[in-house]
Amino acid sequence: MNTCPEHIVHLMHEYLDEEISQEQEKELKTHLQQCEACKTHFHELKKTIALVQSTSHIQAPSDFTANVMNRLPKEKKKAGMNRWFQRHPLFVAAAVFFVLMSGSLFATWGGDNEFAFTPSEKVVVEGSTVVIPEGETVEGDFTVRNGDLRVEGEVTGNVTVINGEQYTAGAGTVTGEIEEIDQAFEWLWYSIKSAVKELGDFSRSSDTES
Amino acid sequence: MELIVKKRIQQVLKGDQNAFGEIVELYKDRVYHVCFRMLGNRHEAEDIAQEAFIRAYTNIHTFDIDRKFSTWIFRIATNLCIDRIRKKKPDYYLDAEVAGTEGLTMYSQVESDEPLPEDKVESMELQESIQKEISLLPDKYRSVIVLKYIEELSLKEISEILDLPLGTVKTRIHRGREALRKQLRSI
Repeated sequence: MNTCPEHIVHLMHEYLDEEISQEQEKELKTHLQQCEACKTHFHELKKTIALVQSTSHIQAPSDFTANVMNRLPKEKKKAGMNRWFQRHPLFVAAAVFFVLMSGSLFATWGGDNEFAFTPSEKVVVEGSTVVIPEGETVEGDFTVRNGDLRVEGEVTGNVTVINGEQYTAGAGTVTGEIEEIDQAFEWLWYSIKSAVKELGDFSRSSDTES
Repeated sequence: MELIVKKRIQQVLKGDQNAFGEIVELYKDRVYHVCFRMLGNRHEAEDIAQEAFIRAYTNIHTFDIDRKFSTWIFRIATNLCIDRIRKKKPDYYLDAEVAGTEGLTMYSQVESDEPLPEDKVESMELQESIQKEISLLPDKYRSVIVLKYIEELSLKEISEILDLPLGTVKTRIHRGREALRKQLRSI
């Protein structure tokens, strides 16, 4: 067997891998007809493959799938969330932004829980009601937070009452607009409106400047 | 088949564990069989095959959905088998015979519980000796021979599963065949 060229064995394997060219196959066949040792070798290789392939296909135990399912890690909510977050970075960014934004908005609203009003020496406070007495004139806008307002005199600007009510007595006058804000939502709306208004004022004033 | 698997994997990715059960059902026999031929022992084969599916589940998000799932699961399974073989037999090449027989003994113990018809005994014995010879192969030859002749996979697929160049796979198959030939000559 040792006398045979090494490449004959190589050809056998090429043949078994089904990667042999026609010429090589011819060469191999001619050689096998002449050489008894190589013939045996080739036969043994084929027998080996046949034996290995003859082993019966065994099947997995019947409870295999159930066992796998039992061993699977329970979908942890946290793990699931993390995976979800990883796959939706844009949404996470948007959510964080929204939370922070609304947080700051509500902080502005919630922080002003106390009774307050635009400082003015001309007004009188009765409990939680601010009274602008008859004959007095408050110059500019007037705001009351968490309290009521009774106008008997005069206000030359807008009047805003947050979380309260406003009465205008027969003799009282308000030159500007009167606005009552009662709820968080309205407060939000008001904040947006005034922000837009300020923006408008700003652009208008910059327009006139330029 | 591939289409169904793709669909199931997408369901698993959405958190549906039951969809994974269907994937296991589709591949369990092939994966178990490969593990059994690699390890030569039913108990270990079941253990490793289950482990392979669990690893697949926990790493499912790293699976490239455009590739064949079978290639991926075989890759996980053969790697686990090779790890197990090396852990179990750190000096495998020195006392291959002892280690190989050990695996076989456990296998035959499991089998001896059920009575077999006379004619089956002979083929069982032949099967056992073939399995024993496969178990005697060094693990690098064993994995290629098992994938090639038990699973009947193409050389290209084997090279993907084992992450080896095609040339290396070929060489290992040639050497594995030669080694088996010498071992099985007497049968």
